[in-house]
Amino acid sequence: MSKKIESTLLNMILSLTIIGIVASFSLGFIYEITKKPIETSAKQKVINALKEVLPEFNNDPMSEKEIINDIEIYTGKKNNEITGYAIKTFTTKGFNGLFSLMVGLLPDGTINKIQVLDQKETPGLGTKMSENSFLEQFYGKNPSSFKLFVKKDGGDVDAITASTITSRAFCEAVQKAYDALMKKKSNQKNTITDSTSYKTKDSSSIKNDNL
Amino acid sequence: MEIISIIIFAILVNNVVLAQFLGICPFLGVSNKISTSVGMGGAVIFVMTLANLVTTLIYKYILVPINVTFMQIITFILVIASLVQIVEIILKKVSPSLYQALGIYLPLITTNCAVLGIALLAVQKNYNVLNSVIYGASTAVGFTLALILLAGIREQIELVQCPKGMRGFPIALITAGLLSLAFMGFAGLIKV
Amino acid sequence: MSAIKYLTNGLLKENPTLVLVLGTCPTLAVTTSANNAIGMGIATTFVLLCSNILIAAFKNYIPNKVRIPSFIVIIATFVTIVNLVMQAYTPDLHKSLGVFIPLIVVNCIILGRAEAFAQKNSVFHSILDAIGMGLGFTIALLAMGSIRELLGNGSIFNYKFVSNDAKTILLFIMPPGAFITYGFLIALTNNIKKKFNI
Repeated sequence: MSKKIESTLLNMILSLTIIGIVASFSLGFIYEITKKPIETSAKQKVINALKEVLPEFNNDPMSEKEIINDIEIYTGKKNNEITGYAIKTFTTKGFNGLFSLMVGLLPDGTINKIQVLDQKETPGLGTKMSENSFLEQFYGKNPSSFKLFVKKDGGDVDAITASTITSRAFCEAVQKAYDALMKKKSNQKNTITDSTSYKTKDSSSIKNDNL
Repeated sequence: MEIISIIIFAILVNNVVLAQFLGICPFLGVSNKISTSVGMGGAVIFVMTLANLVTTLIYKYILVPINVTFMQIITFILVIASLVQIVEIILKKVSPSLYQALGIYLPLITTNCAVLGIALLAVQKNYNVLNSVIYGASTAVGFTLALILLAGIREQIELVQCPKGMRGFPIALITAGLLSLAFMGFAGLIKV
Repeated sequence: MSAIKYLTNGLLKENPTLVLVLGTCPTLAVTTSANNAIGMGIATTFVLLCSNILIAAFKNYIPNKVRIPSFIVIIATFVTIVNLVMQAYTPDLHKSLGVFIPLIVVNCIILGRAEAFAQKNSVFHSILDAIGMGLGFTIALLAMGSIRELLGNGSIFNYKFVSNDAKTILLFIMPPGAFITYGFLIALTNNIKKKFNI
């Protein structure tokens, strides 16, 4: 066995520093290499979800994105007519914390389809939220009449067995999506009302001039 | 109040050992006597509270601004290792008997997945510094609670007949399983 | 010990999970499905292999007094690499394993083997030891994961054996199930070892 170098102060500082520097550089290198793939896989996931939950569209929803209260709304259009909205919503109240959904809504707010984007719930329990047997109960329902609470809390939603917390969080996320869309619509209405009243002022001033 | 729900959540509903599976090694290793469990628990409370404070500060005010968040794991574990060294030195001076009793388990707090795990989770949940410290302290209290509970039961098991193959770790694990089952009863305590 | 013994030691005789009872946290936490179990096993084996190699190769250049911090930095570097690579190329597995990927750094198996083996043995033997221990860990995890997924969800590797409405023992997917399965597996291993005199 060859001898180990002595634990002098210089040796200790030298070896720790060298190890530290090599470590930092290798990590920085790997970080740069993996940065792009990490971004790309996240983006691809969103694109796939858009295709899944929106009714037919031929525009680029990614370019028509609006963010309201941390919720991303993508507008889907076919031949310049709005066919639906894909809303990237989330909740932090999952059993294991944050999970996000892509909710597809028709222009009147009816739920078209929902896809689970990210979740880390318990396998076999909370993860059942991705199964059609749970999701299908939401399709075709409009949150203005369909109560987005679990039946236990007086709502219309059948919770996943033994996963009430996940189910509640899911409902909250979908509700947030619907509320964000309603806010977007009322914002648009307000903008139109403002420009109309401006026009009225203009025409009355013209009238006065003509006098 | 958010703080109260963090505390109750950390100690009872989402107990670090019995629900999150962090800190199992010392949980199994130290829980054969109540006295060592209390000592270990105290040391862990001290280390976790401080660790959460320092690591959250470092993350928010150093790692993020310089854009080197990928150094998170290395910096966090080094901070924890240093804190444990400091605790060792202090304990040797202040209470040599406790230092002796804890023995090898004191430096082992460095590898206690709970300490690193909770420090990482506090950052992931985006807690501010105050909440992170409270989270760390209450999690450690939950750890101590679970530890003392298991130690109490294990001390009793020592006195009865247990099938040979089950003695030691197997029966301790099954007991922990029953404890975990009991703690599941707290699940509805606070509406998250 | 002959070279082969270094490899097989970690499989049963000194299986890190079932005999030495090290690395218990991931064993309980990520074995909710066979998929997660294998993912964690492979990630940990990779880190164990790299750190064992590096530490065995440079053991004479690391002064004794700073060996633990040095080991920790080396191990933490490989864990960060695994974390970044998994985030980029296996995002779903990365999300399921969550905080337990960074926690590989405090997996007592890795630091334990570095301290007990890699710093006293050749690179070749350290490689064999790492493979053996890593395999033993993965096999144990796979056993846990399969049992828990089978009993708790009626499936294995996400392949369902029973209909969607069948009643499964949900308890096994939850924390108590983890503890109980682990306890019984250790007892079983003890009995097997005794019976075959290993």
